[in-house]
Amino acid sequence: MQTINFLKPNRDNIKNYSIIGSFLVLVSLIDVISNAFLKINLTSFLPGSLTTLFPLIIGLIGLNMMRIDYSGNKKLDLLNKNINTNNFNALLTLLILFSIIKALPQSLSWMIFDATISGDSKDACTGTGACWTYIKVWFRRFMYGMYPNEFHWRINTAFILVIALGFVGYFMKENLKKYLALYYVIIYPVIAYLVIYYLISGGSFGLQWVETGAWGGLSLTFIVSFFCLIFCFPLGMIFALGRRSNLPAIKYISICYIEFWRGVPLITVLFMSSVMFPMFLPEDFFMDKLVRVIIAITLFEAAYCAEVIRGGLQSLPRGQYDAAKSLGMGYWKMHIFVILPQALKLVIPGIANTFLALVKDTPLIFVVGLAELAGMLALAKTNPKWLGFAMEGYIFASIVFWIICYAMSKYSYNLEAKYKTER
Amino acid sequence: MNNIIKRYIPQILAILFVVLIFGFLTLNAQTNMDNRGIDFGFGFLSQESSFDVQFSLIEYSGSDSYARAFLVGLLNTLLVSFISIIICTILGVIIGVARLSSNYLIKNSAAWYVEFFRNIPLLLQIFFWYYAALRALPMPEKADAWFGVTYMTVKGYYIPAMVWENLNVFLYCGLAAIIAIIVLRNYANKLRDTQGKQIPVLLYSVGLLIVLPLLSFLLGGVSLEFEIPELKKLSKISYIYEGGISLPPELIALVLALSLYTSTFVAECVRAGIEGVSKGQKEAAASVGLTPNQVLKLVIMPQALRIIIPPTTNQYLNLTKNSSLAAAIAYPDLVLVFAGTALMQTGKAIEIVSITMLTYLTISLTIAAIMNWYNKKIEIKEK
Repeated sequence: MQTINFLKPNRDNIKNYSIIGSFLVLVSLIDVISNAFLKINLTSFLPGSLTTLFPLIIGLIGLNMMRIDYSGNKKLDLLNKNINTNNFNALLTLLILFSIIKALPQSLSWMIFDATISGDSKDACTGTGACWTYIKVWFRRFMYGMYPNEFHWRINTAFILVIALGFVGYFMKENLKKYLALYYVIIYPVIAYLVIYYLISGGSFGLQWVETGAWGGLSLTFIVSFFCLIFCFPLGMIFALGRRSNLPAIKYISICYIEFWRGVPLITVLFMSSVMFPMFLPEDFFMDKLVRVIIAITLFEAAYCAEVIRGGLQSLPRGQYDAAKSLGMGYWKMHIFVILPQALKLVIPGIANTFLALVKDTPLIFVVGLAELAGMLALAKTNPKWLGFAMEGYIFASIVFWIICYAMSKYSYNLEAKYKTER
Repeated sequence: MNNIIKRYIPQILAILFVVLIFGFLTLNAQTNMDNRGIDFGFGFLSQESSFDVQFSLIEYSGSDSYARAFLVGLLNTLLVSFISIIICTILGVIIGVARLSSNYLIKNSAAWYVEFFRNIPLLLQIFFWYYAALRALPMPEKADAWFGVTYMTVKGYYIPAMVWENLNVFLYCGLAAIIAIIVLRNYANKLRDTQGKQIPVLLYSVGLLIVLPLLSFLLGGVSLEFEIPELKKLSKISYIYEGGISLPPELIALVLALSLYTSTFVAECVRAGIEGVSKGQKEAAASVGLTPNQVLKLVIMPQALRIIIPPTTNQYLNLTKNSSLAAAIAYPDLVLVFAGTALMQTGKAIEIVSITMLTYLTISLTIAAIMNWYNKKIEIKEK
């Protein structure tokens, strides 16, 4: 029988130590859990602040006793290696665990157990939890804005069509593949524009005209980011090539353009598009606000795109240029057949990140009065029948955007991994 | 001949294209302004602005000029950027280091923190803090004191104000301490280079930084008093805190959102920087007999900082530009005061929007220029 030394656990008494240690950790966890979930204070007999510190102290002693190097017990070793390498780490581990346990019951009961989702007016929400009824009732508005309810199928069909057209490239026949770039850069934007114009705007083919002022919600986010996305890419490519050109005039025009747009915040660009831009148009020429905003964001994002593409162009070895030139290729031939295909492949992750930033920037159009998701929330929040549900609204919108952006960023990581290995 | 054509024709065309676009736009602007009876000019800057600003760092009232309103907005923008940059740097470094921790829980909490705050649009985060989180705070009369003297209420955060006497003596003492530290460092470096002796510079520096300003209190006649905010009844149901400094909820929401959002990017920069220093460097440094502290200070950090600083400055720049979102929650920054209120009143869209854009452009280009200079300086000079 060995005496137990509390400060020096070692391999000889591994069984005693690990059992007592895990028991102490368990006690500390039970204390915190009972405190948080059942509102029972097991340690109320202790004086003052010792009550709150009790689980921490007990847990630390327990973890200290469990910390045995090369114990031979696989699970214990894994545990020690990952959460219990030294006292400081043990303390952080306990703090994180305790704060998760403490926060869990409150947020769970607010979001799920005490929440209301039935009913279709504010009166249904009498509980102390969240009022998801509000989201349910306003859901269509959050998705489609003020677009008339009976025409929502038009937005859905347009989106499905545009997405389907985007996938055409995958199913193209082998002998048509060389036109792929042409399709995506020129034909696809035009078709997509026509689809969205005739289906969502309407006005012909027996479809009722719906003003852009009525567009809104998440669908507007998609429309704006989609158009900016397909237009800013070719524009960015032009300026990236321009900045690398050895013709001084073209080079400096490109540099000025890129540095100007990168130096100003998007919000001032939007202000410009809404209050200053109309002054620069011919007298009786009217341009829709949505179109102006899309143009402004496109010009803005094109500068960022250009910098990303320039990075790709710069990372190509000089030999590629020399080889193309020695084959007698001119500037355009060299770029179209040799340089751009390689450079663009390199910058795909960077471009994906730019697009992610673009999607995250679209809520800003709220500032110039276009009611996409954030704008619809602001509208719903001030509706006299639904006062006081700002929290639910913003949590809903955050979740929606988070899912979209997280998926995009994960996808761009995948792309990055995919193209990294090839070089 | 052929070559000359190839070189000059595209350039001439490009210049012509730009000139034509600008000419077309200016022409339109002129006709439009003539038709509407607006004249172009910056004379309005000296006119009386006759609007009030809720929160301002300098004295400002409606009788001041538009130029002063511009200054108020600019200072507010710089204030919110400055506070957010400090907080986001601290948070970012902690999270970035935590992501490299060997502790599974810490590593993953940090990773989730980054994924969470990075993937929600900044505007939504600002709205969340302003309209949802801060609105849930208690009214002034029900607020509990934080740290005994500060009050977090729905109307803002009230903190004690400092009332100084002989502030300049105190500042001179601080300055003297800093100069003494610099001299000490140089001396220590010299000592190390010539004689190989080490003196605990950090300890002495901290000591100097504490002792000298403390002396100013004892001998220099400096005194510091705190003006603590006190609850005051305005009417039957309306209360307010008087005295001290009140930070408006707009500022708090903006600082929270900006620093939490940007800290995720800073964290990624820090992580990339530390990961970018190869393991061999650490091992080599240890094998020549440096202590772990010296390894970190003399070998790892200088190399990591070279990778960390340029993208981090970029993030600071982004933060400053993003602070313009303040307009969405009515924090009186440059965009709201100048491109919002002033524009509404004067109707000088072209002038005001250009001034606003040029201001941001100047800030960006200045920082970019400094950054380029710095990058050139720290570049590894390969032979």
